[in-house]
Amino acid sequence: MNAPILKLFGVFLALFGALAALTSWNTVLNADAYRDNALNKRGLLAEQRIGRGTIRARDGELLARSVRRGGGEAGLYERRYTGAALQFAHAIGYDYPLGIGRAGLERSRNDELIGQRNEIVSLLDELRGKRQVGDDVTTNLDPAAQRVAIGALAGRRGAVVAIEPATGKVRAMASTPGYDPRELDSERRVSQLNGDEANAPLVNRATQSGFPPGSTMKVVTAAAALDSGKFTPESIVDGSSPKQISGVPLENFGQRDFGPITLTAALTNSVNTVWAQVAERLGRKTLDDYMRRFGFYEDPPLDYPDGQLIPSGIYAERGLIEASSRSVDIGRVGIGQERLRVTPLQMAIVAATVANGGVLVAPRLTDRVVDRDGRLVEDVRTVEGSRVMKAATARALNEMMGNVVREGSGTAAALAGIDVAGKTGTAELNRRGLNQPWFIGFAPQRSPRVAVAVTIQNVQGGQGGVVAAPIAKAVMAELLR
Amino acid sequence: MNERNRELFALIPATLLVTAGFTAIFIQREDLVSDLSLTYGAIFLGLCLAGHLVLRTFLPHADPYLFALVAVLACFGLVMLYRLDEDLAREQAQWFVVGLICFTLTIVALRRDHRVLERYRYVIALSAIVALLLPRLGSPKNGAYLAVDIGPIEFQPAELAKIAIVIFLASYLRDTRQVLVVGARRFAGITFPPLKHLGPLLAVWGTAMALLFVIQDLGSSIMFFGGFLALVYVATNRISFVVIGLTLFAIGARTLYALRPTIEGRVDAWLHPFDPVLYDKPFGGSYQLAQSVFSQADGGLFGRGFGQAIIEGDGGAAILPAAHTDFIYAVITNELGLLGACAVLLVYLLIVERGFKTAMLATDSFSKLLATGLTAVLALQVFVIVGGVTKLIPLTGVTLPFVSYGGSSIVANFILLALLLLISDRARREAQER
Repeated sequence: MNAPILKLFGVFLALFGALAALTSWNTVLNADAYRDNALNKRGLLAEQRIGRGTIRARDGELLARSVRRGGGEAGLYERRYTGAALQFAHAIGYDYPLGIGRAGLERSRNDELIGQRNEIVSLLDELRGKRQVGDDVTTNLDPAAQRVAIGALAGRRGAVVAIEPATGKVRAMASTPGYDPRELDSERRVSQLNGDEANAPLVNRATQSGFPPGSTMKVVTAAAALDSGKFTPESIVDGSSPKQISGVPLENFGQRDFGPITLTAALTNSVNTVWAQVAERLGRKTLDDYMRRFGFYEDPPLDYPDGQLIPSGIYAERGLIEASSRSVDIGRVGIGQERLRVTPLQMAIVAATVANGGVLVAPRLTDRVVDRDGRLVEDVRTVEGSRVMKAATARALNEMMGNVVREGSGTAAALAGIDVAGKTGTAELNRRGLNQPWFIGFAPQRSPRVAVAVTIQNVQGGQGGVVAAPIAKAVMAELLR
Repeated sequence: MNERNRELFALIPATLLVTAGFTAIFIQREDLVSDLSLTYGAIFLGLCLAGHLVLRTFLPHADPYLFALVAVLACFGLVMLYRLDEDLAREQAQWFVVGLICFTLTIVALRRDHRVLERYRYVIALSAIVALLLPRLGSPKNGAYLAVDIGPIEFQPAELAKIAIVIFLASYLRDTRQVLVVGARRFAGITFPPLKHLGPLLAVWGTAMALLFVIQDLGSSIMFFGGFLALVYVATNRISFVVIGLTLFAIGARTLYALRPTIEGRVDAWLHPFDPVLYDKPFGGSYQLAQSVFSQADGGLFGRGFGQAIIEGDGGAAILPAAHTDFIYAVITNELGLLGACAVLLVYLLIVERGFKTAMLATDSFSKLLATGLTAVLALQVFVIVGGVTKLIPLTGVTLPFVSYGGSSIVANFILLALLLLISDRARREAQER
């Protein structure tokens, strides 16, 4: 009987092997999926036992901290937001893991805020009896600029993004209407905020909302035109109105007929027919290429949660479609019409890239992460950028955008004693004058230290140069002070 | 070195383990090393020594590793229970004393020749079946009829019945194994046992099915029937008998699956543990299973460390229910990680190996079959509960032998251990005399 006994042992060996295999699957191989399962509150509970790090503005002003509630082994921490956090609500987000959840930097920097280290370091810390404590996050956000931006938006539905072009530091990111993060621990308040669909106060309009860009898109078209070598700023294009674009007549603003003019003049006066023709001559492929170089069709590379970033591009009913698709009216894409939807963040990146000599630097909300002893854990300063256009192209475009503010549609953004470059935009939402005004730009023009994008939703008769440019001016003035 | 001295040495690491385990928990709890950890270590050492002396006196030739391996498991269980609830650990320690007493009584009673059990095989079988039916008189627990309340003690007859049924089958198959093989007929390419002897085997199948139907517990049915198939296979060396048995079991289980909502619920929970409807079901849903895999995922490779697993949430509500019984393996994995869990599995595998080794050394058919059967049901019990907790098979509640909290389980498994050691002692003594 010994042979079958041996075989039986083999069977049990296999069965126990299966047990070890399943345990490995549960603990290591598939552990991440189980940890991320929405039903799994274990991680959240464990994290509440960790003193979460603080979030501070650029100047050190405290925005969020954790307070210990209850003593002993069962001591849990609660998140508290300061009054100043009101100005930063969308950027820093909130942390109510067992309630509304987590958003903003609180979400994207969660690992740092709870002091998560890799498994080996955690094990060593545990052996040394060290309790896990969170690291402190300092942002690039400037409290004064935030206040100016929110004040200038004045409760209207809109957003402002300001970026330091050379470093990608996000100096301001405001979205209105906002909310008070201190109120989000109330379930009633949360459902109230969620229910307000018209104002959508919990949505960060700077990163989560796509708007028609209007003429600010002409900066992208101009970059493609100059950089491809097919046009120069002095190239002459017929600016008469109307013009047949994709078989449908296109008019200039106020039906103005400009006749043959240079591209520089066409940008200064935002001549639709010229830029639509330029876009058609460049072709779908070229424009698609340059849009992608600027970061369209991807989530912007911001240190912000994936779920709160959307890509800019052409949105058909079934979702994003390529600018090179046959169905796309490329002429109108070139002037920011068609089904283009862009985020204010994306347009700020466009402005910052031109300002930075054609090199795109990934925007960053976080300046640094330090541990409780003040040691630098993670330096998130300047990362190497990617070149979108030649330096010469960027110089020429910079010059053209300077003209827009000096003598064109963007004069309202001009600062005393500082040259400003920019581009206005006025997307028409309906035929009765409901508009989406825009302004993108940067200053000082020769050595830019700040690039901005501003937009406001649904302004009756509002034009970019009138409504958005003054807001951009105020924010830039504050950041250049 | 003779067997007993080897055993004595092997007990030292087990005792150190329990001391270290308690020390770790004290440090984690109060940031101080209490001498209480040494007290627990000393008590545990005392119990181990008592068992060792019993073996030294009555079974000097028995396998030297079995008792030490069980001591390691018991120490694991005690430490885990202490970490969950100090009172449970104290009760469990008391049960170990009771278990050791039963262990000693079994050894003393059968020390001359354990084969006297064969004489009482029908009595044993009948009492096992009666015992299994007892819980039917009471009310079901978690949908299954597994426990009888005797005064303050909750007794689970299935734990003892599994041993009784193995004794009966080992004895019965010793008698009939020859005729089962000789009289076998081949039909349609499959070898069938002779009709005359098929009856009792069908009766066993019927009993397993009836048990499944009556006590409504898939776990114990798998244990009983699996043990039966293992014995039939070893007795006859005919894989076809096993295939026939498995087919019949599958047919029976499939039928019952449709008839009994408890079993259907378990299978649904196993297939879709993260289905919100099943997860939120207040009773018989998938919450436990989902939490079990979550706690294992939380453990990772190295585990969270003693006392670091989250068992209760804010306000003391259980996050992982039945942590001290059915889900103790999940807690071990949570706190000691994949490495700790595999260590536990390895200890069980070593016990299984020693059990089968004993069966192979034994010279008479009854002892061989008995050792095989006892080892097989023990191994199957580990497989059923660990497989259930890890989501390998549908979850059914049985204890993790020597580790889970539970008096009946401890007592029954100590008797099982005593029987294995009895067989081992005889086999090894005869081998030495030859």
